[in-house]
Amino acid sequence: MEMEQATPTVVSPKLRKKKTLNQGYWQKYGVFYLMMAPALIVLIINNYIPMVGSIIAFKKITYESRSFIENFVNGQWVGWKNFEVLFKTSDAWRITRNTVLYNIVFIILNLIIGVGVALLYNMMRNRRLAKFHQSVMFLPFFLSWVVVSYLVYAFLNPQLGIMNNLVLDWFGVEDVNWYADTKWWPVILPILNTWKGIGYYAVFYLAAIISIDKEYYEAATIDGASKTRQVMSITLPMIRPIIITLTMLQIGKIFYADFGMFFNVTRNAGALYETTLVIDTYVYQGFLVSGNIGLSSAAGFYQAVVGFLLVFGSNMIIRRISKDDALF
Amino acid sequence: MATVTSKSKRFDVNQLSPGPNLIVNIMFWLYSALCIIPILLIIGVSFSDEKQILIHGYKFWPEKFSIEAYNFLLNDWQPVLKSYGISIFVTVVGTAVALFIMALFAYPISRRDFKHRNIFSFIMFFTILFNGGLVPYYLMYSQILDLRNTMFVLMMPMFVQGFFVLVMRAFFTNSIPTEVLESAKIDGAGELKTFFGIVIPLSLPVIASVGLLCTLGYWNDWFLSLLFITDNETISIQFRMYEALLDIQYLSANSAAYSAILQSNPGFTMPSETARMAMAIVGVGPIIFAYPFFQRFFIQGLTVGAVKG
Repeated sequence: MEMEQATPTVVSPKLRKKKTLNQGYWQKYGVFYLMMAPALIVLIINNYIPMVGSIIAFKKITYESRSFIENFVNGQWVGWKNFEVLFKTSDAWRITRNTVLYNIVFIILNLIIGVGVALLYNMMRNRRLAKFHQSVMFLPFFLSWVVVSYLVYAFLNPQLGIMNNLVLDWFGVEDVNWYADTKWWPVILPILNTWKGIGYYAVFYLAAIISIDKEYYEAATIDGASKTRQVMSITLPMIRPIIITLTMLQIGKIFYADFGMFFNVTRNAGALYETTLVIDTYVYQGFLVSGNIGLSSAAGFYQAVVGFLLVFGSNMIIRRISKDDALF
Repeated sequence: MATVTSKSKRFDVNQLSPGPNLIVNIMFWLYSALCIIPILLIIGVSFSDEKQILIHGYKFWPEKFSIEAYNFLLNDWQPVLKSYGISIFVTVVGTAVALFIMALFAYPISRRDFKHRNIFSFIMFFTILFNGGLVPYYLMYSQILDLRNTMFVLMMPMFVQGFFVLVMRAFFTNSIPTEVLESAKIDGAGELKTFFGIVIPLSLPVIASVGLLCTLGYWNDWFLSLLFITDNETISIQFRMYEALLDIQYLSANSAAYSAILQSNPGFTMPSETARMAMAIVGVGPIIFAYPFFQRFFIQGLTVGAVKG
């Protein structure tokens, strides 16, 4: 048992390995495999079989047999044909552009506003009030996108909504048909994303800021450093690890859109697709509404592979710059 | 330093001077208002008179107070109540099962002396990086397992979430002293006994925070319903709200109550705009009530998970 310790000792690694390989190993660690079994079964069904199943994008599925598995196995290999069709449509570019651009805007806003809000919280003189505001700001994070779509609908309903009835009238501007006019959504969606998520990001940044030793600030104050200077030279460098981790996690998902937002809040209005259709909603629409397995599975495969390469690539870059900040 | 004196509490080094503090305060009040106003609007509309709404549009303060919308929902309360039941069941059972099997997986891969921990950690981590996409995933549940229109299909896809498992692993690794495990072993406790008797009780903070995130995820989920629910039986509260926004008729599609009203009063018009918002209030109510209790644990708990694994 004392051999199991990971700490390097004088014992040669080979000798240690021999000992762990014997029968005692299973007696001691066998139960670990049992403990992991339920989650593994879920992963196999939920993740790993679908990963293998994504080769469906290279097949042409017919509905000859009643059994889906038979149809899948008998499906003819068509190579890259589904992808050729996908990239010939204008949709391919549109969904890629929308997905990536929205995510870039979201990441930047979450970073700047999240850190900014956390900094200001920390500077408020009345701590009780700061706590109150933090709680209120966190509320939208708890609402589902279905609920948010109701709230948005109450504002944007073309006939009855607050925007057309109250706000625009007040400014003397003509009514906007929100659910048919594409040009407003690149503004509306980032606002909503920030509104819903900023409390969540601020919590992380605030926790990091609070844990900074006060002595740094005291020393800086004695040296006559201004508040701005203290933020730039103490606070931001100290919370850099959490900034990088949270941002990296989002960059890793840059090829994935928040289905709930793009589908629900826009009410999946076809007229808005130019600025609201993203890869996830495209796959759903193509597959479950139009029933086009080839095209939508190709889009899904494209998303999975490019998304994976992007996470991997960005992690490699971070590793180059500073190894400790890499996710893996 | 002055801050070491008894006044230290009132003299935080990070505090702004009164002038800027006022500006920051005003900004926060405005932002907080932005977070609450939309909900107040929905409440206002749900208590309004339908005709006034149709003429003047939505108003924050009802021009004519009316509870007709809630009456309408009450007439037909069975489907809504049933949806509540389904949502509560899926949330409670789903969260319990998810926590159980995720903790069971996270513990072995947190043990430094477990030889295969890296392989199994990778198996978990890889699911965060890569997935097969919606099509094979949908086909797996609907065609191969044929789980459509069951409550199980609303739970199983969220049983194991890689990120949560890694958060738990980080907690087990960093916050459970190896000496404690060692002494349990010396006392002759088996691995299972150590896990349930010592590790779990010491890990309540991380279990609570992951549990809260799971609860929120299950309660707010409607995507799985959108994919897998095609009948009229297994409708969660979120999915009912989703349907009601698309089509208010949906609220009472199978209702004998509605046709009864129509028969006795042919001129009856459904309070569709206000009933829709009342439905939203009914759906969001539990979250709002649970919120003050929830968010405290949440804010504390989230930062537990911020430890990098």
